Amino acid sequence: MDIIQHLLGGFLIAFEPLNLGLVVVGVTVGLFIGAMPGLGSVNGVAILLPLTFLVPPTSAIIFLAAIYYGAMYGGAISSIMLGIPGASTAVATTFDGRPLALKGLADKALIAAAVASFFGGTISIILFTGFAPALASVALDFGDQEIFALMLLAFATFVGLGGDDIAKTVFSICIGLVFSAVGMDIISGTPRLVFFDIIGFLHGINFLVLAIGVYGIGEMLWTIDSTRGNPMMSKVEVSASRTVSHLKDVLKEWKPAWIGSLLGFFVGILPAAGATPGALMAYGISKMTSKTPENYGKGDVGGVIAPEAANNAASTGAMLPMLTLGIPGSPTTAILLGGMVIWGLVPGPMMFIEQSDFVWGLTASLYAANFFAVIINILFIPVFLYVLKMPFTVLAPIIFVLCLVGGYAPTEDMHDVWLMVIFGFGAYALRKLDYPLAPAVLAIVLGPIAEPALRQSLIISGGDATVFFTRPIAGPITMIAIVLLLLPLVQVYRKKRKQAKNAEV
Amino acid sequence: MRRAELVTAVLLAAFSIYLMWKSAELNIGWVKHEGPGGGAWPFWLAAIMLICNIWTIVNWVRRATPQSRSQDQFMDAHAIRMLLLVGGSVVALVAMVHVIGVYGAVPIFMLFYLRVLGRHGWVPTLVISGTAPVVIFFFFDVAMRIVLPKGYLEPLFYPLYDIFL
Repeated sequence: MDIIQHLLGGFLIAFEPLNLGLVVVGVTVGLFIGAMPGLGSVNGVAILLPLTFLVPPTSAIIFLAAIYYGAMYGGAISSIMLGIPGASTAVATTFDGRPLALKGLADKALIAAAVASFFGGTISIILFTGFAPALASVALDFGDQEIFALMLLAFATFVGLGGDDIAKTVFSICIGLVFSAVGMDIISGTPRLVFFDIIGFLHGINFLVLAIGVYGIGEMLWTIDSTRGNPMMSKVEVSASRTVSHLKDVLKEWKPAWIGSLLGFFVGILPAAGATPGALMAYGISKMTSKTPENYGKGDVGGVIAPEAANNAASTGAMLPMLTLGIPGSPTTAILLGGMVIWGLVPGPMMFIEQSDFVWGLTASLYAANFFAVIINILFIPVFLYVLKMPFTVLAPIIFVLCLVGGYAPTEDMHDVWLMVIFGFGAYALRKLDYPLAPAVLAIVLGPIAEPALRQSLIISGGDATVFFTRPIAGPITMIAIVLLLLPLVQVYRKKRKQAKNAEV
Repeated sequence: MRRAELVTAVLLAAFSIYLMWKSAELNIGWVKHEGPGGGAWPFWLAAIMLICNIWTIVNWVRRATPQSRSQDQFMDAHAIRMLLLVGGSVVALVAMVHVIGVYGAVPIFMLFYLRVLGRHGWVPTLVISGTAPVVIFFFFDVAMRIVLPKGYLEPLFYPLYDIFL
């Protein structure tokens, strides 16, 4: 019953006029950001985080969480209307959303996406409310060894489940960690990695500089390069009577909604996996279990519902390890985590005790964000359709300017703005060569937590690395991490054997 | 694409070696009673980076990755033009901030982008480029008290400071 009491207290915080207003504004902004091709929740949160220094931390994270949520709803809009995913999380939505739009049923697909997002979001927040305090109380016993083992696990999931080239993934993780080490060595207090003796490196590389560089400037350059001209819009009619009849059709499709919600939540918890693979898996399983799998890919509403329920469920799922363990489950939550550190909040199990107002206020505001997102989404469908016609050449300079001021605001140092531009160009080039960049952003956030945990563990044990295997909680976590690291090697080996077998036959 | 893959891997390998050398300015070994030295963490991570780059180069030689087989151009004419115009204007934007500040650089950047790159009419161009600095000023300088750089235009803002700050 404790949980319900906490949650009611949380609702009181979430319904404070400032916070409620921020939820509504955040959801609306998020919907637009998500709907814009090339911009997703991670871009929105990275670029807008510096703007939140104006309000108290609780309100700030509520605002950002609302953007996160809204963007998950919004991603579906351009997937359906333009046939290009508004964010990578909405890739699976194009498979059936686009065919529906081409059949003239774009409004049906949009409503299905909105309702499914609401369903997925709600189920996963209920699960979140149940799981979070339990996980936090287990995590209270964690020492440095456990924390480092968890970090190892977070990076190992990128290697094992990320699905990108392994050498490039590991490279991306390491470069993020090295960048996080720039500045002062916290234990010995000596400056390190001050490149070319430039003073700007003494205060370290702020994670926002990398995040805005990668997700703001780099992403924009990549989008302008890859879209080459404006994509085609589908025509759509919107009317109240059509909306109601579509709503009835959509509500009959409960199976893909459940598959998406549950799968999305649990995949979302895994670091690295996040909403994109969650949505793709939900689409696949929903197709497998469907009575009419042959309709998938040709415009089945279930094919919109499953991935949309999953990506919203995953975004809540990703918050679970971030709040309870201090380990972000997705790039967006990595940036939220970085923001919380700036605001002086230490994510992790202690937060449930010391900052319980914050935790429960955030949880309650997720319920509120979900509720407003579905309403705003359905009401604003005509507006989104109009805005999507806005040429990219108007949007792009606005975003570049936001990157400039956003990069300057946290440290008020032009050095960081230049660094951000360099990271942006670097990210653009690496992205073209399929280097995954999310691990680097995650790593620069986790680096300052992982390094002291490792060094203190080694100091305590006198240099004995076996502590990561022998402690009761750290041991299994380390073992799972190692298994995940080796997973791709096993897959390569099995593929080779299969090929060899095929060659024999 | 194939050549770009190799060149990038070699450049990144060189960068990794630089990082290792730079980390080695601090102690990278075990310090008695203090645990690993300050340079150990970045040094060994940079070493892993180097291994990854060598791995990528090996994959390139074996033609094991899609990029190492791809015959596509890494930067075609459109990409180069885009990078020069868009990327160049972003660099110019940041460079101009040093001289004429955010409030001088932003409208010039927006004017260039909207009018020259976007080929929009004068009315939307002027409206957007005119509104942007005003919104930014009230949000950052006034509401958040983050004073954005003004460069040589600083004196023009003294009356505004008197009114709003």
